[in-house]
This record gives sequence, C-alpha cells and structure tokens, in this order.
Amino acid sequence: MLKIKRVPTVVSNYQKDEASDGSVGGCGRNCLRACCVDVARLPLYVCKKLETSGEKVVVSHEAREPPVAFLESLVLGEWEDRYQRGLFRYDLTACVTKVIPGKYGFIAQLNEGRHLKRPTEFRVDKVLQSFDGSKFNFTKVSQEELLFQFEAGEDAEARFFPCMPLVAENSPSVVAINVSPIEYGHVLLIPCVLDCLPQRMDHKSMLLALHMASEAANPYFRVGYNSLGAFATINHLHFQAYYLAMPFPLEKASSKEVITTDNGVKISELLSHPMRGLLFEDGNSMQGLSDTVSDACICLQNNNVPFNVLISNCGRQIFLMPQCYAEKQALGEVSTEVFESQVNPAVWEISGHMVLKRKEDYEEATEEKACRLLADASLSEERFKEVNALIFEAIGCSKPRGGA
Amino acid sequence: MSITQSSASLFSTTEEKEGTFNARYSLWIKEALDELPHSFTITDPFISGHPIVFASPGFLKMTGYSREEVIGRNGRAFQGPKTNRRSIMEIREAIREERPVQVSILNYRKSGSPFWMLFHMIPVFGNDDGRVIHFVAVQVPISGQKMRNGSGCSEMVFGSCRREVCLGSFVHQERALPVECDEQELENWEHCEASESEKLKSAEAVGSVLSVLTRYSEFAGRLVCGKRNCLRGADCLSSSLVISLGRIKQSFVLTNPCLPDMPIVYASDAFLTLTGYKRHEVLGQNCRFLSGVDTDSSVLYEMKECILKGQPCTVQILNYSNRKDKSTFWNLLHISPVRNASGKTAYFVGVQMEASCKDIESKELRPETRQLSVVGAVRVAVRSSFMATC
Repeated sequence: MLKIKRVPTVVSNYQKDEASDGSVGGCGRNCLRACCVDVARLPLYVCKKLETSGEKVVVSHEAREPPVAFLESLVLGEWEDRYQRGLFRYDLTACVTKVIPGKYGFIAQLNEGRHLKRPTEFRVDKVLQSFDGSKFNFTKVSQEELLFQFEAGEDAEARFFPCMPLVAENSPSVVAINVSPIEYGHVLLIPCVLDCLPQRMDHKSMLLALHMASEAANPYFRVGYNSLGAFATINHLHFQAYYLAMPFPLEKASSKEVITTDNGVKISELLSHPMRGLLFEDGNSMQGLSDTVSDACICLQNNNVPFNVLISNCGRQIFLMPQCYAEKQALGEVSTEVFESQVNPAVWEISGHMVLKRKEDYEEATEEKACRLLADASLSEERFKEVNALIFEAIGCSKPRGGA
Repeated sequence: MSITQSSASLFSTTEEKEGTFNARYSLWIKEALDELPHSFTITDPFISGHPIVFASPGFLKMTGYSREEVIGRNGRAFQGPKTNRRSIMEIREAIREERPVQVSILNYRKSGSPFWMLFHMIPVFGNDDGRVIHFVAVQVPISGQKMRNGSGCSEMVFGSCRREVCLGSFVHQERALPVECDEQELENWEHCEASESEKLKSAEAVGSVLSVLTRYSEFAGRLVCGKRNCLRGADCLSSSLVISLGRIKQSFVLTNPCLPDMPIVYASDAFLTLTGYKRHEVLGQNCRFLSGVDTDSSVLYEMKECILKGQPCTVQILNYSNRKDKSTFWNLLHISPVRNASGKTAYFVGVQMEASCKDIESKELRPETRQLSVVGAVRVAVRSSFMATC
C-alpha cells in the first residue's frame, strides 16, 4: 500500500476531520442527508440538448462576441452572492496572480489561504476506492454552499425553475461552491449527489460535465476532473470548474493526430507540453465524444492508472492526462525542490495554472520549475505507449494510423 | 418555459457602425480605403461585440458577402467547423494582448466553400492617448503549395492532398494542386503554410491600409499610428477589457477611485439607454450627475461611506435621466469594489436596476441575482485583463 501525506484542500465549510465528525442525523444545518433533504429548495437549470455535427455552428447574421449566457449569469450571480456573504475562506480576488514569462505562459498565483489544514494521509495506489460514508462527502455540506441543481435536458431550449425540491428518485445533480477557490466562480459539479458515488468516471457523469461546459458557452470556463491518486481530495464523485479569461498552456499545446475512431472522434498526442497526454475532439456528436473519453477513463481506472481530465473550449476539446506523481512521491522519487513547494499536480496545475502557497515560490516562479513539476507527473514515453495501447483497445480502435 | 436574453441587444444599422468609423477620420476615408486593391477589414473593439466597421471591396469579393452582411459582424462569423482552434486562439490572444499576429487559417465564403488564407492583423493606436482605436486585418489567400502536417515540422508536400500523405515525411514531388480543387480535403488539412511572397503581400497590404488611416486621421487632428507611442492613460481601459465588458448586456459603469473625483471610465450601452446620455457625456464624469434635487442625500452619504470602506452596498436612489421626457426613476443601485490581478482595488462597479423591474416574471433569474452576475462578470474581466498586459 502506497501512501503520501499532504494537506487536503478544504472545499466545504463543513469538511471536518474524520475524528471530529461524530454527528449522527438531525444536524440542524440544512445539509442534504435524510435529516434535512426534504426541506431543501434550490433553483434547477435544465440545459438544452447537445449539438450533433449536423447542427454545428451555423453562422448567423448576428455572429458577434457572444453575450453572457444564462448559465453563466446564474453561476456568477449566485457565486457573487455567496462571496458577499463571506462564505469563502479568503478573498480570492486579493490573491496576486501573474503570467510567468516564457513560451508556455504558465499562470502563477500566490494563495496563502488555500492550504491551511494539517496534512493527512492519502492512499495513492488505488484509483478505485469504495465510498466511505463516515468520511466527509457532499451530502454533508450546508445548502447555503449549493447554488443550483443541474440536469441534462433533451429540448432545443434550456429551462430554468427558480425553486425546486430535491427529489431523490430523480438522482439530482448539484453545483456547489468551492470554499477554497482558485479563481472566481470556482464551483463543484456533483452528479447524482444523493447517490453517494465514489470518485470514479462513468458515461453519464462525463456527459453531464460536457453539458455544463457547452451550456456555459464560454471557452474560459473549463471543467476539470481529478481521479483518486491524481489529487482528488474527496472520494465523492465531483468535477470542478472556474472562470479564467486567459488561455491555459495545455490548450496551446501542439498535437499530432494518432487515430480517428469510428464515431469520428479524433485522438491526438500532445507534442509541446511538458507532460504527455491525449487530446480528444470532434466526433459525430458530443455524446459520441463524451462516450469515447469515458471509455478511455474507465480503462485507466480499471488498470489503476491515475489521471486528470480537462474539458476545454465549451466541451469541444477534452484532454486526458495520465500521471504518476503521487506514486513517485510515495517512493521518494520526486525531486526535492518540486516537493518542497508542495504544489500537487492536479488538473489545474497540469493545465498550467499554478497555485503557490509561499511568497518565495511565487516570486521565484519560473517556467523551468513549472515544467519540472509536470515532467515529474508525466508518464515515461514507454509507459505512455503502453497506456495508450490499453486505451485504444478499450475504445475499439485497432491500430493507430501512421503506425508501421 | 424558455430562457431569453435579458435586455435587448442594441442593433446598430450599417450606417451607424460605419458612422463611428468615419468619425475618427477626415472626410473621404471610406473612398480612399475603397481604392485599395487588398482584402481587409477594420474592427472596433470599443463597440460591443467587437464588430467589423469597414470591409474592403476585395474582402467582399473574396468572401461573396455584401457590405450590409459584413458590417456589424464579428470576424468569427467567417470561421466554421473545420477552422483550426489553435489559429482561433492565436488571434484571440493577439487581440487581448493588443499585438500583431500573422497566422494561416481556414475561412468560409458565403457559399459555404472553405478557403485557406493568411490572416495578418495589427492594432492601430491613438497617438495621443495610446489606446487601441481599431484592429486592421488583412486576408491573403494561400495557394497551398506548401503544407504542414500536425507534427510541426515544415515540409514541402506537393500533389495529392490526401490525409495519409500528410502524415508521412517527405513525399514525391508533383505539381501543386490549386487550393480550390477539392474542398473536402482542404478542410482536412491541419495547416497550410503561406509562402514568403504571400507573407510579403500581407505586410505590404497592412502597410498600405495603415498609411491611409494615418494620413486621414492626421487631417482630422486625431492621429493614429501602428505603434503605441505613449502609455495608455489611467482613464483608458485596455481594448481586451472593453471587449470582455461588452458581453455584459445590463446597465453598469466602472469608476476609477484612484483618479480625482472618481470618474466613470466605462459605461455599458444599456446604461446609456437607461439614462439617456451619450457615451462622451458620461466618460470622465463622476456619477453625481444622475442625482438631482429630490435625491436623498443620506443615501448618497451611505454610498460614500461604503466606497471609503471598500465595501459593497445596495441602495435605492432617485436618479434623473436625460431621456426625452427628462423623467426620474428609482434606481436600485449596487456598487462594489473590484480588484485586478495585483490584488488591489482598481475600480468600483455600479450596477443599475430600475426599481420597476424588480417584480420580474418568476421564471427568470431573480433581479438581485442578475445584478450580482454583472458584478461577477466584471470581476472576471478585470482580473484577467490585467494579467495579460504589463
């Protein structure tokens, strides 16, 4: 069994240490467990159906810089409300941030308030672990941290209901605030929250995440996923998302096409990024793209390979990044300097957004250091080839094109 | 129940858009630009949506659109499903950083047929205030004699443009196919490198357009130039910030607390409609021009206190409009300090809401939420825009 010690991110104000969480029902704080869920009332957003390639972007006469979409207004408005009510552990906008000079454009932020808890142990050699109800999970958050329910719809237009109860039979999904935000609008998407699913990718959840990225209609609103072993903090199925109106280095990486699946999904290998990974795009429909990526993730899970996923450009590009940093850390193979800054390469760091907790790390941040962190997290070329072979088999592709 | 956009977006006519362009330069600017043989467009980042305000006859001929169909649209209108996302990103970032860019990109004509072109864009700065007045974009069609595959190494590939061929290294020489030959294949090219002569053509075209603009702006006493000759003033927002703010359709203003008398540095179109003022009448002014005889001074005092403490507040205040009827209205005003990437307060945002709009149909966002969403959108825009420019 491999373990590491790290400071878990506090994503909810009700995230207590296991030892002190002795509460048994009837908590009186409006959570989502049986004690309080019946009185829960949240807005419900039902998004419109996803585009298929036949209906792709039709150039309309009014094609202009798109106005703020409804979902974006909902997220921003509710987030600002919680922000002004003081629900976040610190004022994110007071954290200085800059672009590290260099060709990649890594983004560095000095955030001294994000990692204040004492370190706990995390098991890093099992990507699939069962849900543990005694640990913190998202049914224990207070409803004030929940912004709205989110559902994948089938109609041509989205629908909004300002006040709806949470009905367990419908397996509602919710969007909550992350009380230790990296950037403005940092939220958690929790599919089927009441079903208490462990942090494990499945087709329906990936599709929901894609819906969210697509509906937000803003390329600067990305949705990310960390598997266990790739720095997911909570073993309760969730995605993260936030707004940053800058390109991520990962999004600027050049790539080389490796294969196109039968349903038209183009899979490419990243070339110029310090960490090896795959890019999934196109496809005959967004559902097809979603399913292909899900198949790949499930394959990695079943083979115990930790990974991160970045959904970018309104759901049109999905990056799949297998990693081995935690394993290296547990075996003492991480270079000392990278380890001392205690930056864990989760999905945002891998995308190029570095949140640094010490002033000296921020002031002395260089592109070289960022690259070294990512290089340490990256699979070796050999291992990456092996993993790719597993993935291509799992998604039903025979040999990658261009191969001998 | 479907969701509709909140306040109606303002649709200027072609004439109005062109009018704002003409206003910067002296008479006959349009005629002078029309005489240039090149394909180019000129956009105005200070108009919401960053639309095209001038399109050359060469551009209209190349794309097959009429002038009315082009003026007012964003450059993105000519992209399509197979346009390379990295090219789109490069252009977007160049706009944000207010710098030139030269990139090959796949565009689509009105007929729907795709074509490759070299897109060369430069910012045009006001000589006296250092801000971006326009972006000039030149389009040079690429003949496709050189192609590049996705691996990033430039190789000479002639002849058949099938995908399989593209992935190999050097391929046997054949005559180059003209670029319109097979559209299906055109779309599948990852990249199409422009030749040196095509690059020279674009630079030449950019130079020609710039010199016409410079000449005619000089006549008008408001010189523009290709380089930023002075630091943008503190009362001037970067074009990228203005473009981001232009996406917000509600009434709001940005004021700068670091300048004397905390003047308005940005006013949304909706604010101008609500208050009946013109943009040039409000920029540089303190918001107090909206108050009048019957405005409660204790409310004004409350606002001032919050501003000094750097706290958000919501007040109900009687405002006086400059609309035709000179009517007053109850303004549910929310103000909040907004920080930039340095973590310090750079602006205050004021979001106006006519009190009569409070009881809005229950199936839409609550007005309070909508008001706060404006604050949130402004926060994102301000924080991000300051990270790009030094």
